Amino acid sequence: MAGIVLDKTLCAGCGACESSCPFGAITMEKGFPVIGAGCRVCGVCVKSCPCGALSLEKEEKKEVDKSLWKGILVFAEIEAGALHPVTLELLGKARELSAGRHPVYAVMASEDPSHAEELTHYGADRVLVYPHPQLRHFICELYANMLEDAIDRLKPAVVLVGATPLGRSLAPRTAVRLRTGLTADCTSLELRENSDLVQIRPAFGGNIMAQILTTRTRPQFATVRYKVMEAAKRSEAAEGSVEICSLPEEKLRTSVTVVSAVPKPPAADISQAEILVACGRGLKKKEDLALFEAFAQRLGGQLAVTRPLAEEGWAPQSKQIGLSGRTVRPRVIFTFGVSGAIQFQAGMNGSDTIIAVNTDPEAPIFRIAHIGVVGDLYEVLPRLEAALEREGII
Amino acid sequence: MKILVCIKQVPATQQVEVDPVTGVLKRGGVSSKINPYDLYAIETALKLKEELGGTVTALSMGPDQAYAALSEAIWMGADSGVLMTYRKFAGADVLATSRTLSEGIRALGGFDLIIMGRQTTDGDTAQVGPAVAQWLDIPHAAWVGRIEAADETAITVSQELARSVETVRMPYPCLITVEKDIYEPRLPSYRRKLEVGKGELKALTLADLSDTDPDHYGLAGSPTQVERIFPPETHVERVTVAGENAAEELARLLISRRVL
Repeated sequence: MAGIVLDKTLCAGCGACESSCPFGAITMEKGFPVIGAGCRVCGVCVKSCPCGALSLEKEEKKEVDKSLWKGILVFAEIEAGALHPVTLELLGKARELSAGRHPVYAVMASEDPSHAEELTHYGADRVLVYPHPQLRHFICELYANMLEDAIDRLKPAVVLVGATPLGRSLAPRTAVRLRTGLTADCTSLELRENSDLVQIRPAFGGNIMAQILTTRTRPQFATVRYKVMEAAKRSEAAEGSVEICSLPEEKLRTSVTVVSAVPKPPAADISQAEILVACGRGLKKKEDLALFEAFAQRLGGQLAVTRPLAEEGWAPQSKQIGLSGRTVRPRVIFTFGVSGAIQFQAGMNGSDTIIAVNTDPEAPIFRIAHIGVVGDLYEVLPRLEAALEREGII
Repeated sequence: MKILVCIKQVPATQQVEVDPVTGVLKRGGVSSKINPYDLYAIETALKLKEELGGTVTALSMGPDQAYAALSEAIWMGADSGVLMTYRKFAGADVLATSRTLSEGIRALGGFDLIIMGRQTTDGDTAQVGPAVAQWLDIPHAAWVGRIEAADETAITVSQELARSVETVRMPYPCLITVEKDIYEPRLPSYRRKLEVGKGELKALTLADLSDTDPDHYGLAGSPTQVERIFPPETHVERVTVAGENAAEELARLLISRRVL
């Protein structure tokens, strides 16, 4: 903490500082100034002192001893009784970043021992599991207690959390407790020799990519976007260990009560779909969406929409792809009548194969499409369906 | 019931510039608007005020131009606006922003309920709300899609998680961040604008806060630093088909490339 420091050997006890203080925070006691709680560290007294007895002590920009913080901790998200798949992506990335130089840890709240055991097949060297019934549902304060406890035990250099709703609620709460840096929604990560994490994330709707570092504090928190990193592969052998941990009773108390937790129907989640058919403003009317939904169903996929269509109320927001909607990474995405605004692209350009149908050959979507079709979607769709039928694909 | 809604003024366009020396975003010269997600937070606050009585205060942090955003919140129905403005508040990351807001909230005497939008359209982190709750040491619920019940002592809300909807009851004081579409935001009232002018506005600066160490705020108080900013990459390898048999050609490519 910055403050005013007195060197008594230089002080003549003249009281110039007392009268100079704009906040009345200095009183003379026994011939020396005493700086009270009202001090706002403005430094006026330092300038007023004829003897040079007062000085302004600035807080040093202290850098943490990085050698004390090692390893990568992955928060393994259990929601609605199951492991969120982003966890395996975080483990995959953690393994890659560590390259054998850092241990990979995982922490989870689960009463089901198979959850923790499973992670040891995905490259976690140590899994800390907190099997408290109070952690069955997500209460952020209690989860932050757990994550903080795990960090205290492990002293990891990096903490990776999925940029899921749960993760983006938990990570900031925990990072503030530790007064450390948190980078949201990262799409690329690298680890430097000195364990500084190079974090890249889109900002301004994806118009800018920012490379962000947390160089002075540890651990470095990052939330990582789902479906961006390569998931870890399961190995037959379990290579890590599982440790059962517990929190003291006072860390499990909260004023929050969970009234209910209702699973959402899984089919509604376009971010889980293998095949997507996305429609944009090229569609003439809401009713036409049914044609594309039928096509999606014939392919075993799902319908998705762009932001304008969601805003028009043609489809629920849960069907919207893009920065303000869902990030998707399907095996195949068809876009019909989508111009390809950068915000839309940011939500789907990780897709394995992108097929775009648009009348405007200059549409930005064609710059990222693997296969582009310049044509009217109302003509292309029925002929495409007919051709795929002839080949026995649908 | 004392309700606070935190809002941010964001560039009206997403075409923004970056100061090449400091890596800080240049805010000057670009027209601004209220972060669209914050309109849902304001509407939620007004709905609760209508139901339970009390006051709605809008709080923002930023340069003097951000008074315009606060006035707009007042024209929508907020009672007053407070701007945290100080040169060295600028360039703040999640930690420093949330610290600044929480200090401002303390300086205003605290609130029963603090409401924020789900995220901003410029920072896009969605992480400041939960961080503020931690600084204030109060519970929070993020991604709130519905207010289930609210009375003088507690609020019950539904959080939209990835695979479930979790409903929690939280006693005051607490903080919520609300989803788009929780309520349809009302438009600013022209009549109210005529009545109140810019509305009741006040400034908070560093000296008004209990923690006056400037190193705790803005760029200096931010553990994360932007090292570099660059444009996103775009894709390369592609085939485009057009003309009479484009659909058939697409079907052929889908099969030959084993896409389907």
